[in-house]
Amino acid sequence: MPAGQPILELQEITKAFGGVEALRGVDFALTAGEIHGLVGENGAGKSTLMKIIAGVHADFSGRFILDGKETRFRSVRDAHAAGIAMVHQELSVAPDLSVAENVFLGNQPTNRLGFVQWRRMAREAGEQLKRFGIDVDPMSRLGDLPIGLQQLIEIARVLFSGARIIILDEPTSALSPPEVERLFATLKRLRDEGTSIVFISHFIEDILRVSDVVTVFRNGRKVAETRAAETSKPALIEAMIGKGREALEETYTHDIMLPPPAERPVVLNANGLSLARSLRDVSFDVRAGEVLGIYGFMGCGQLELARILFGKLRPDQGSLTVAGDQKAFRSTADARRAGIAFVPESRRDMLFHQEPVYKNISISVLDRISSLLLKPSREREIAARQVDQLRIRPAAVELDLGMLSGGNQQKVALAKWLSYPPRLLVLCEPTRGMDVGAKDDVIHIVRDLRAKGLAVIVLSTEPETVLSLADRVIVLKRGAVVREFANERISKDRLLEAA
Amino acid sequence: MTSGESVTVPASDRKRPHRLAAILRSQMRNIAPFLTLICLFSFFAVASPSFATLDNLGNILTQISVTGIIAVGLTFVILCAEIDLSIAAIANVTGIAVAYFTLQESYVNIANVPMPGWAAILLALALCALLGLVNAFGLTVIGIPSFIMTLAMMQIAAGISALLVRGQIAYKVPPLVSTLGSTSIGGVPWIVIVAAAMLLGGHLVLTYTRFGRYVYMVGGNREAAEYSGLNVKLILGSVMVISAVCAGIGGMLGVAHFGSAQQNEFDTYLLDSIAAVVVGGTSLFGGRGGIGNTIVGLFVLGVLNNGLDHVNIDSFLKILIRGLILLAALIINVYAQRLRERTAE
Ligand SMILES: Nc1ncnc2c1ncn2[C@@H]1O[C@H](COP(=O)(O)OP(=O)(O)OP(=O)(O)O)[C@@H](O)[C@H]1O
Ligand SMILES: [Mg+2]
Repeated sequence: MPAGQPILELQEITKAFGGVEALRGVDFALTAGEIHGLVGENGAGKSTLMKIIAGVHADFSGRFILDGKETRFRSVRDAHAAGIAMVHQELSVAPDLSVAENVFLGNQPTNRLGFVQWRRMAREAGEQLKRFGIDVDPMSRLGDLPIGLQQLIEIARVLFSGARIIILDEPTSALSPPEVERLFATLKRLRDEGTSIVFISHFIEDILRVSDVVTVFRNGRKVAETRAAETSKPALIEAMIGKGREALEETYTHDIMLPPPAERPVVLNANGLSLARSLRDVSFDVRAGEVLGIYGFMGCGQLELARILFGKLRPDQGSLTVAGDQKAFRSTADARRAGIAFVPESRRDMLFHQEPVYKNISISVLDRISSLLLKPSREREIAARQVDQLRIRPAAVELDLGMLSGGNQQKVALAKWLSYPPRLLVLCEPTRGMDVGAKDDVIHIVRDLRAKGLAVIVLSTEPETVLSLADRVIVLKRGAVVREFANERISKDRLLEAA
Repeated sequence: MTSGESVTVPASDRKRPHRLAAILRSQMRNIAPFLTLICLFSFFAVASPSFATLDNLGNILTQISVTGIIAVGLTFVILCAEIDLSIAAIANVTGIAVAYFTLQESYVNIANVPMPGWAAILLALALCALLGLVNAFGLTVIGIPSFIMTLAMMQIAAGISALLVRGQIAYKVPPLVSTLGSTSIGGVPWIVIVAAAMLLGGHLVLTYTRFGRYVYMVGGNREAAEYSGLNVKLILGSVMVISAVCAGIGGMLGVAHFGSAQQNEFDTYLLDSIAAVVVGGTSLFGGRGGIGNTIVGLFVLGVLNNGLDHVNIDSFLKILIRGLILLAALIINVYAQRLRERTAE
């Protein structure tokens, strides 16, 4: 591994958004041919620093030195021209364009007259994606693909863009284990070819496995930088969030025992749900005070299943029974009225970025706290309690949601349902993008709710999420239930094997 | 849930250097139209001695009243990121309907169906509500984009108007309508009072009621509203009906105000109402703005229209000037949206 001169050096970087200081005097250096892992709590400033490097944020103070020369990007374009490309934490694809157009976004191959060479573009996009193990029709509309696949395509676009500095901000959050493996193999190959890569993740093991150097952020400051070989998971977690919580994240490599089913009333029964090509004859039930985990790889049909439960999609066949009454939800409003709450896997779909935090939290309970007139002080009170309970930072309910970091936004998406606990809570990827401390918080919240007699369904492509929360697990594969784990031993390996 | 050593940012640790700049930037959409208004007003006040008089101010108020009434409902629609192109046609047909159900003088050659005043008013209101319901049905149940749906409704309403008056002109409307449309109380025209009351009502609904909040949320992010369990279709349908009814009321009072009911009488009100809402700074992308903005927009348009009459300008040039000012306001609207997006990231 070529160690040597940094190709990129940031010194004393400080950046504030209005009143909030996101970065305070941060130094950061990147050498050629290294994978640099970045960890830190939600809101620690990781994304902000990376956006500075990628030319998204142009106004900051401090020195920015590229190839030994002090420079300053005024736009993303400048950064591109300098060979810097970034995969953002929030998916930033063009859903209405084709896969091929997305892969070539901004530099489509054209002929001499300036017309786009569609056939060539489709062929090359297809080949590129295949090299990365993605097999899709390059001409299909990107927005029609599952979110994980969209994320993969965006990653592929950046990886093969020829950039010499590549920034990946939580790229694996929607990927299943085999895809993560492929991504890591590609990253290592690019590194060996001399590319520098920054990799942000809340999966500490992944960071340790793939990085050469790890930097830890905390509260807008860099608190540690070590070689990955010389540190450990507990040490990193301690640097991130302080002493005493090192044991937070379990790895679930060994068996855990699922409890025997409780004798509680059935809250939801799904019977023979089928939906076009996504779901085939899915049946299950979930009881009060029980957490049902639904595990499967990306595209196994769980997103569709969750949307059926919340009345957003209607099944072609099959029925839902909630607390003994058969229901045919005609809208999400029907589902909510039946006591079902839903957190989708994508924050963008769930939150109002231009509205303050408190309105985001109160929206789903407004009809309970007010019949005709709004009661803003009551809304703020409810929101403040949730912000406090979920430790959302910064703890200001008046702040526009868009100003929170990714992980904190995710917490708000959960918070909105908790002020009046529903009967059944359907959570898609509830811990995606959360730091270890926040994940632990979510686990506790879900256990609390379970203790209060709520039924919870957790759908995830992360085995850890399912294993840490569920009392019973069903595994979906190509739209059908292939295995149920109940009252028996389960481990990450067994789960992966079944999927 | 608390575990001792959670990391928090102490409030004192935060500086607020660019606070004012940030506020100014986020308020851009409210400030810009207001500045436009002040500039226009000052310009005309200097350019023409007859402009900035109390009398003329009264004129301006009266001139923007009908537009104002129609624009109340349209504000709801645009806040939801939809559009209603049928407002002028619905105003027209409602005005004609109320005359149709009123006994006309014998020289008016319309096969009308005379009824008591209250019945005529109720029937006219029912008609505009019904047309609004058809808009709502097309938009939410069938799934036709509002732009197309209301374009069709514009034709349908014009068709009904044509059938009712058959090229004739009616003059009589029920006494209540003609009082509100064409008389004054204590020197203040009733129509100004009605417009003010409706604007105030719209503002109260949008700001203080649950329904108002839902309107903003649906406009801000429709997907998120749906995932929050809101009945998005019901809300969209409601705003289409509200818009049609406001247009209908504007149409009835307008007919009384002008003194006649005839085909194509309200055609200019479509553009004027949309312009008032958008010039005022309500976002065409939904979720931002409100009646306050609409009021400023109404005044910008009113001052502009009225002021141009007071200065010596080629009357054909006026049309062009209006168009250019509208364009400028639209550019500001889109630009303000972008600025905001950038501040919020
Ligand atoms: N556009 C913005 N406007 C205002 N504040 C912002 C903006 N972007 C980020 N912040 C604030 O800056 C701080 C750092 O945010 P950043 O997104 O860099 O965190 P992060 O480390 O990436 O966290 P996460 O793991 O949750 O993604 C947070 O307190 C956040 O609220
Ligand atoms: Mg981030």
